[in-house]
Amino acid sequence: MFRTQYDSDISIYSPEGRLYQIEYAMQAVAQGSTALGLKSKTHAVVVTLMRSSDELSSHQRKIFKVDGHMGIAISGLTADARVLLKFMRNETLHHKFVYGSNLPTGEVVSSLAMKSQRNTQRWGRRPYGVGLLVIGYDGDKTHLYQTSPSGNCFSYYAQAIGSRSQSARTYLEKNFKAFPELGLEELVLHGVKALKESSGKETLTKLNVGIAVVGKEQKFEILKPNKVQTYLDQILQTEGEIEIENENENEKDEEAETLELKLD
Amino acid sequence: METYLGEKQQASQWSPYINNGGSCLAVAGDDFAVIASDTRMSLGYSIKTRYSTKYLKITEKCSIVSSGMQADIFTLHKVLKSRAQIYEQKHGKPMSTDAVAKLVSRLLYYRRFFPYYTFNIVAGIDDEGVGCVFSYDAIGTLERVKYSASGSGSSLIEPVLDNQVALKNRNDIKKEDFKLTKEYAIDLVKDAITSAGERDIYTGDFVEISVIDINGTHEEKFELRFD
Repeated sequence: MFRTQYDSDISIYSPEGRLYQIEYAMQAVAQGSTALGLKSKTHAVVVTLMRSSDELSSHQRKIFKVDGHMGIAISGLTADARVLLKFMRNETLHHKFVYGSNLPTGEVVSSLAMKSQRNTQRWGRRPYGVGLLVIGYDGDKTHLYQTSPSGNCFSYYAQAIGSRSQSARTYLEKNFKAFPELGLEELVLHGVKALKESSGKETLTKLNVGIAVVGKEQKFEILKPNKVQTYLDQILQTEGEIEIENENENEKDEEAETLELKLD
Repeated sequence: METYLGEKQQASQWSPYINNGGSCLAVAGDDFAVIASDTRMSLGYSIKTRYSTKYLKITEKCSIVSSGMQADIFTLHKVLKSRAQIYEQKHGKPMSTDAVAKLVSRLLYYRRFFPYYTFNIVAGIDDEGVGCVFSYDAIGTLERVKYSASGSGSSLIEPVLDNQVALKNRNDIKKEDFKLTKEYAIDLVKDAITSAGERDIYTGDFVEISVIDINGTHEEKFELRFD
């Protein structure tokens, strides 16, 4: 009832001191499909569920490389994400050109937060309707940050965003204490298991699950579908479910590869 | 420069350019390319440093070596490295060697009226897997060749390559009977730059040599004379 009075513009506060437009923007993030991130002492991982609007279309990519040591997973308005991605790529490349070193993840995220906040306080602009999970490795440490349309950014041990992310978050909350000492394989497995919690009725396949890793002696890399399948198999095995189909494997792999190239 | 009375001016004008010396070369085979450069940086008759790299790996299939003024080499390489990353982010794949070659040419011509004092050689594998070498002048004139040398030792190296790769002025062997193998090319490049180091005072210290083929780039370093 009161909301409609105070939500027509970004510049209007509600009596409770809330800016509803920003909260609505954060709703856009919550509508996107799940993206989650987790980190250990040596590696940081993002796992995403890639939706496709119908059978004929390709799956929407949600993971993007920013630089050799950093990447993002998105949830929300993909078009807005593209703008932020370009910004991040520019910042990291510029820093590399001028200073000859990798731009620390925290600094990019701070710049991003500033940029996001600007859009909440300027005439004619709207907040970016996308939340990012930024993973990076610099200064001998792993990093995982979440950014949101409000301009807030926080560092996390593990986090999940998007629709049904609460289930994934619950899983991560239960298990995150063990993460720091884990190796890469186990960390990814946890990520995939967490994703399974929030996948609902959708079956996880190598085409709709995206995984990316970064860490010590590991440049940011988006895993190929076949590699993703090996993790899915491990999850399936532990649950004693059906086996994979090998028949169309090669065809699907090519298809997935072309999809990766076209969407960006 | 003459004044109206016909006298010659004594003072020399300040020049933004200096030559830091050094030699570079590259040889292309049917399915590989070998590229090498020394690492000595000189100024006048002094050595500034024994190790200053003139080589840059741009992609797994393409590298560049440059001789001339170290400041311009450093900057050109920085710009190239950034441009290669931008390309890869935009197109989702690394630059092809032909694309790199064209880009270098354009970057150089962009500075047509205040050139980079660099003499570049780009070498690598083209889209068909065939080895290629591109040589340039300071303002970006581009030519695809089978081999090339640049720098202070180029006049010592180029005739050797003419004779050993293109088989010019040879009476003992025919073109049809000759196959340029990888091992032959690597040895030849090593010998050529070593020989240049013997007689050219600006060439010496270390050599960075790399072999580019379908499997990627293999880099090596060896020592030359330190005198």
